[in-house]
Amino acid sequence: MTAEMLSGADMIVRFLQDEGIEYIYGYPGGAVLHIYDALFRQNKVKHILVRHEQAAAHMADGYARATGKPGVVLVTSGPGATNTVTGIATAYMDSIPMVVLCGQVPSTLIGEDAFQETDMMGVSRPVVKHNLSVRDPSEIPVVLKKAFYLASTGRPGPVVVDIPKDMTTPNERYEYVYPKKVKMRSYSPPTRGHAGQIRKAVDMMLAAKRPIIYAGGGIVLGHASKELVDLSHQLNFPVTTTLMGIGGFPADDKHSLGWLGMHGSYESNMAMHHSDLIVAVGARFDDRVTNATEKFCPGAKIIHVDIDPASISKTVQVDVPIVGPAVSVLRDMIAFVKEDNSRPDKEALSSWWKQINEWRAYHGGRYRTDDSEMLKPQQVIEMLCKITEGNAYVTTDVGQHQMFTAQYYRFNKPNRWINSGGLGTMGFGLPAAMGVKLSFPEEEVVCVTGEGSIQMNIQELSTCKQFNLPIKIINLNNRSLGMVRQWQDMNYEARHSQSYMESLPDFMALAEAYGHVGITIRKPEELEEGLRKAFAMKDRLVFVDIYVDPHEHVYPMQVARGAMKDMWLSKTERV
Amino acid sequence: MRRIISMLLENEPGALSRVVGLFSQRNYNIETLTVAPTEDPTLSRLTVTTIGSDRVIEQITKQLNKLVEVVKVVDLTEGAHIERELMLIKLKASGALRAEIKRTADIFRGQIVDVSSTVYTVQLTGDSDKLDAFIQAIGKSSVLEVVRSGVSGIARGEKTLSV
Repeated sequence: MTAEMLSGADMIVRFLQDEGIEYIYGYPGGAVLHIYDALFRQNKVKHILVRHEQAAAHMADGYARATGKPGVVLVTSGPGATNTVTGIATAYMDSIPMVVLCGQVPSTLIGEDAFQETDMMGVSRPVVKHNLSVRDPSEIPVVLKKAFYLASTGRPGPVVVDIPKDMTTPNERYEYVYPKKVKMRSYSPPTRGHAGQIRKAVDMMLAAKRPIIYAGGGIVLGHASKELVDLSHQLNFPVTTTLMGIGGFPADDKHSLGWLGMHGSYESNMAMHHSDLIVAVGARFDDRVTNATEKFCPGAKIIHVDIDPASISKTVQVDVPIVGPAVSVLRDMIAFVKEDNSRPDKEALSSWWKQINEWRAYHGGRYRTDDSEMLKPQQVIEMLCKITEGNAYVTTDVGQHQMFTAQYYRFNKPNRWINSGGLGTMGFGLPAAMGVKLSFPEEEVVCVTGEGSIQMNIQELSTCKQFNLPIKIINLNNRSLGMVRQWQDMNYEARHSQSYMESLPDFMALAEAYGHVGITIRKPEELEEGLRKAFAMKDRLVFVDIYVDPHEHVYPMQVARGAMKDMWLSKTERV
Repeated sequence: MRRIISMLLENEPGALSRVVGLFSQRNYNIETLTVAPTEDPTLSRLTVTTIGSDRVIEQITKQLNKLVEVVKVVDLTEGAHIERELMLIKLKASGALRAEIKRTADIFRGQIVDVSSTVYTVQLTGDSDKLDAFIQAIGKSSVLEVVRSGVSGIARGEKTLSV
């Protein structure tokens, strides 16, 4: 069989077809014109034209979080490439598989400060899992295969491919063969955990009196939800997840304590602090979880399962490290538990659960509705959850609305809670929702945002129109940068420096100007009807602008530099 | 504590910048750094000396291992090893000083590799402490210029760092 002869540009597009890529998100420009021409001459890979390259990266990211497959971005050199950096960094911090194809000036001009030249290899280096540069057109299939392999295996992450324009010249053709596999001697992600370590961990679990499972985004990324539920039920262990792990364990399971950390549930943080054994799986002891590490869970032994050895004992020293994929390690644990006759001390566990249930009853996600005439943001999220029956894909931006959504929307399935947890990127929510909707047109996709965040990528309403993406935007409008304001209330004697949004647009009119539907909700009694009306319009993007109480704070909130148990539970109650 | 971390690296453009970038990005410090291709031209051997607590060193080796172009990493200071650094040092050498410098260089097993009427250039090999000691023995006032290669190291005995 003779190999096909293709130009570099055609090879790129052909590779994407062979890799099974349906959508790419991007924006054309000089350095990628050959590739865009190759895209034009086929119809398998569909290109979504965004209005700003940052949104292309977030779209790919949203797609990846919902499907578990790498999202693909195509942008030109210079500003096209640098505009994706926030999106790449967002994916990097949350370990999201993504491949970003960046044009570059012709190789003969590199280093000469040519028009639209940026050293994207250098710029992206600290925020990628890896980056690759094409140095000869014949390498394109292998370089791209490496990019996808690296992005989607081990601890996933974004990979940038820098493609100088002369690598894609139309009239120079090379042999194209789709590489089914690549091998790299310096990269071999772990496939199994160490059996001896797992045995040791299980022995500790069977002897624990006050155990807790602390599960992170690795459960979602590693498709290990089922195993997590199984282990927790086998042992009758409580489970708390990180912000990134939400949905990885069903919120309505009676073993679920909700999520932990700075704005986590009272019972999660209390149970962590008072536990004698923490089983951490696919989590990384982030500073927003641990609070002050020197005060972290003083009575607990720690088992830590992670696919990335560098995440283990990075901020908190652990007792039993296990390097491996969450799913296989959890399966091994379950197998050991099943073949072992001993079980954790029943009495100890039942008094532990009794204590946990007291904590649950004490706070239980309470908030006040009697101190203001206005809608409370928490009420909006509870109503949203009710109307969508907890089944929507929900993206958020960053701030109070993000925390309220995480607290009051009940996620029972993985991959449906989509937020920028690590980097905290405002402007993430809308494009991420677009990436999800494109791939799940039949599913309800909601972007919960605020009037600050939404304006960071609002131009994408135009993309939504062009590609008919009927998502629902829930704008919790409190006329201020709520989380900044909350910190200023708490730490700066309510000096609201620059946290007030003046001259806000009329969002309803703005949505309509982009060709969508706008709804404004100002009073509590309008909430249910307004939301039902929005969700009844299946084929329209509806922007629901909801005026909420600007004085509301997110609670619980951990006390700075305290232990996990040190929290504010309201404006006046500190425990 | 001072450590010598040595690694095999794909001999590709940009690989070195990833290693150096990692150190600055994660706030680790580099005391010395040397890098050159090995007998296998596709691999470079890179050696850094760094200072940090056991925990920091553990993180450094783990983070280095994560870099896709790093093939293998070893902390030489964990076992018996040989450490060498090369120094070329230009010294004021006139009058009575000339004999004095020659004598001191001999004691340290250095060689005078370049001579002019007022200057000696001495070549010296050894561990870093030995090079420091030589400079101290000569006296800083005589030193015109110092070039040090940075530390290279290798494990003693059968142990090797290879693919």
